[in-house]
Amino acid sequence: MRRKTKLPGGVEEQTGRSWPRNVVAMMMRMKARMSLLRGREEEQPIRRKEAKPRTVMRRTVMWGKERRERREEGRKERRRKKKRRPRVRRTPLNSLTVVYAGFDSVCPFLPSSSDSNSNSSEEEESMSEGEMARLMEEVEEKKKLIANIRNKPWRMQRRLKLLKEAQEFVDKFEGALGKGKGRKWYAYKVMMTKKWIKFQRDFENFRTACIPWERKIKEVESHFGSSVASYFIFLRWMYGMNLVLFGFTFGLVVIPEVLMGLPYGSIPRKTVPRAEQDTAQDYSVLMDFNGYCKYSVLFYGYYNDQRTVGVLKFRLPLSYLMVGIGTFGYSLMLVIRTMAKNADVGGGDGEDSDFTFAWKMFTSWDYLIGNAETADNKYASITTSFKESIVDEQENQKDENIHLRRFLRVLANFLITCSLGGSGYLIYFVVKRSQEFATRDDLSWYEKNEMEIVMSLLGLVCPPLFETIAELEDYHPRIALKWQLGRIFALFLGNLYTFLFALFDEVNTKLEEEQSIKNASIWAMKEYYANYSRLMNDSEATPPPMDPADVIRGPCWETAVGIEFVKLTVSDIQVSYLTILIGDFARAVIVRFLNYCWCWDLEAGFPSYGEFDISGNVLGLVFNQGMIWMGAFYAPGLVGINVLRLLSSMYYQCWAVMATNVPHERVFKASKSNNFYMGLLLLVLFLSLLPVVYTIMTLPPSFDCGPFSGKDKMFDIIMETIDLDLPAFMGTLFSYAANPGLIIPAVLLMVLAIYYLNSVSEAYQNSNMELKKKMKMARDEEKNRRNNADTTNQVMKDLEDLLPNRSLIPPAPPEPEKPPEQEPKPKPTKTKPGTAGKGVNLQKDVALASSNPNARGPVSRPPGPRGPGPGPGAGPGRGRGRGPPPR
Amino acid sequence: MILHRCVIDCTFFTRKEILRLHGRYHELAPHLVPMDYTNEPDCKIPLALIVNMPELKENPFRNRIVESFSEDGMGNLSFNEFVDMFSVLSEMAPRELKAIYAFKIYDFNVDNYLCKEDLEKTLNKLTKEELTPEEVELVCEKTIEEADLDGDHKLSFADFENMISRAPDFLSTFHIRI
Repeated sequence: MRRKTKLPGGVEEQTGRSWPRNVVAMMMRMKARMSLLRGREEEQPIRRKEAKPRTVMRRTVMWGKERRERREEGRKERRRKKKRRPRVRRTPLNSLTVVYAGFDSVCPFLPSSSDSNSNSSEEEESMSEGEMARLMEEVEEKKKLIANIRNKPWRMQRRLKLLKEAQEFVDKFEGALGKGKGRKWYAYKVMMTKKWIKFQRDFENFRTACIPWERKIKEVESHFGSSVASYFIFLRWMYGMNLVLFGFTFGLVVIPEVLMGLPYGSIPRKTVPRAEQDTAQDYSVLMDFNGYCKYSVLFYGYYNDQRTVGVLKFRLPLSYLMVGIGTFGYSLMLVIRTMAKNADVGGGDGEDSDFTFAWKMFTSWDYLIGNAETADNKYASITTSFKESIVDEQENQKDENIHLRRFLRVLANFLITCSLGGSGYLIYFVVKRSQEFATRDDLSWYEKNEMEIVMSLLGLVCPPLFETIAELEDYHPRIALKWQLGRIFALFLGNLYTFLFALFDEVNTKLEEEQSIKNASIWAMKEYYANYSRLMNDSEATPPPMDPADVIRGPCWETAVGIEFVKLTVSDIQVSYLTILIGDFARAVIVRFLNYCWCWDLEAGFPSYGEFDISGNVLGLVFNQGMIWMGAFYAPGLVGINVLRLLSSMYYQCWAVMATNVPHERVFKASKSNNFYMGLLLLVLFLSLLPVVYTIMTLPPSFDCGPFSGKDKMFDIIMETIDLDLPAFMGTLFSYAANPGLIIPAVLLMVLAIYYLNSVSEAYQNSNMELKKKMKMARDEEKNRRNNADTTNQVMKDLEDLLPNRSLIPPAPPEPEKPPEQEPKPKPTKTKPGTAGKGVNLQKDVALASSNPNARGPVSRPPGPRGPGPGPGAGPGRGRGRGPPPR
Repeated sequence: MILHRCVIDCTFFTRKEILRLHGRYHELAPHLVPMDYTNEPDCKIPLALIVNMPELKENPFRNRIVESFSEDGMGNLSFNEFVDMFSVLSEMAPRELKAIYAFKIYDFNVDNYLCKEDLEKTLNKLTKEELTPEEVELVCEKTIEEADLDGDHKLSFADFENMISRAPDFLSTFHIRI
């Protein structure tokens, strides 16, 4: 039986040799094929004639078989071969030779497989049966080869030659290759695949093009590493978030007020008071956001307390409150969602892949690059990424005096805690003193500005100090950055604290002031009417309304707070831009150009170029966002200012970093997820949420400005809406919902849910770790087991064929005889038809079949190149898998 | 052109694309390459001309690419080999095929193993020799350690394929559009 497996190869050989080995000119072949095609009709009668002897043969073939079986099989056979049989017979001469060749190769073996005469008829039958099937199979195989030849790692010449042979073979037995329809269909499919791939590519390009600043950031990343790029990605994310906040605020609050509210100058809150009118347009006043700015749509005080505005009956005060709360809700949701998503990415492996360096080495160059500038960037980015990985690797390899290291780390933390405590006390002390000063008038310039001076000094001195102390710890730069961020964050919290403290002081004094002014204002109004009626002597006449500029105003503490935040933001922008301009740009210019005439090397020596300050910039961004969150409720325009700031800062900083900075000494990889930044942001969000919610919930709104004037509390607007606009049962529903009896169980439920989810996630994490460990073990095991490179596989052979000047060496002749100890293969006719076509895959299976420990013997010799040995699948290569298990 | 039938079956290109490729091939050396291929003229274009194509010009491995696709190993490409090169590097080619040729390309000394020497060359080409020798040493050692499964301190094709088959961006980076 094993001979039968052998047979197709034999047939191929014989037929192959019967044709001229030299490459037939393709044209000739094609012509031949054409004539063949044309000749098909003429051949029809011959074919029919041929059919007769065949049926006779078939009959003999079926002799001796069980009737039922035979009939069934015959039917099947006929159905199967209906299309093929006539074609096989088309060129009688050649096919006969082939058949005979086949017989030649089979016949000598006949006695060995069965020497008894009793089943000779059966033998004969299976032979010719198998013969036909084999022929079919052969053709199929060739066709498969033709279809798959483009996937073969062969030289073009060899490929062409084999293809030609295969095509000729198929032509002989099947006429034109394939059915015309199938071929068209195949071509169509290929075309569609190409189109689809192209579409996908274009779409992908389009999507990438839609991500703003992707190229800019990539450029920065390629020169400065992913850590610096992570700041810009954070900045971009922030910009996106602020754009949405801007949309809400302007779409639902500012624009309705501008379009549908009362115009400027119609009511007191929308008019500059007479006392201020002279200076209201001065530049210095405007820069302080007083004058016209103060009474503009930018600030809380401008908004009217009409319940509805315009024809749409837009409920502006309600919308104002909702947007204020929604800003926080949206930000909170977004930050948390992003954190969750990032955690997903971080958890999803990739960071600690098994092949960090190998992949970098072999897949990082993009072969598509055809532009010199892009190529330069790519070189830079590859170098940078290698450096990043090298830093990581060195960190892993570092073996050190652990005790000394620990001691130094404790010491560093102690020092930093001390300096943080010291600066905290200093801030506290200064704030106390400033409260004292507030009651006095005779203040020197220093005493007036003491707090600001101390704060900026702290901000100037502490971060470098921390950085110096952090040298002691000798952390990996990525971890060091986190510590640095955390420490400066703690320091800046002092800033925030003083700022809020001062603010609440101011608000409290304003609130006290307001009570008296409110009385005075009402009194003045009465006085005005009384005077009017007295002067006119006509108590019936309605007096013309008082000029809005003359009405006595309350201090409107909300607008004051808003102005404070806007001023702070603007000065922050100025300071940070100036810092870049002077600290980075001027420095770079000086270093660059004075270097020509200086006594030491400025570029390499002392001043050098600046490095990009990641921690400072990230914290600046985070705290700025805190200001926006706190201030947005009192100054809706602040969000717009912030959007402009982020936009300009993106371009400005990108330029600055590329033009004036040098990469860090140890370029390090940013952590996969930006969750540390996000965590800081979340903390700041909570911190800024508190004061705003406090003011909304407890402080009374000003009596004469803003959308909530006249209410006791700002959130009364919700009650009012429930009472007036919603059906009655909703009101009762809300009152039920506000019942502590309901709220406490709800809170409990949430706590339980959190607890449950937390424990679930912990369990998942554990199993994740377990799986990772297992994977690593499996890999190690694989490494150990694969001690032997299996050189006798097809791919190695192909590779060797690809060595120069090898392609036309005829493939090694198949081994004439199989090793006799080999078991016969059970089903020769069922060898997979794809064996030839799927050469590569098959080899891969062989090569990667490490899961089967019996597949390979132990190592006995070092792997080495192998000369042209037995053909694929022949002899020992195949037999090995069948041998006894080595262990 | 009659040639195309066969070439189409052997490559991932359509008739049109092969014609265009032939145009490009002809452009490279108009005096060497005839436009008429009926007699299968035996002409080859030397490496120096081919690596100047814009598609290859910026590639640090351009010489290796051309060499590994040439029959003589010196980088002289006949049209068939030329088409073969871009066919393997096209995006239709399967990963297995690409892996084989990638292996060839990175195998600088043509011994069917990626040894340290090859890796050093690869790395220096990738980074324009900006890494210090110690860093190069470290990277090469790590690479071998990661991918070498049989412990012979060089990468055989099996090692290479095992590694590259899991690489996420191999397919997207190892192709050239033409």
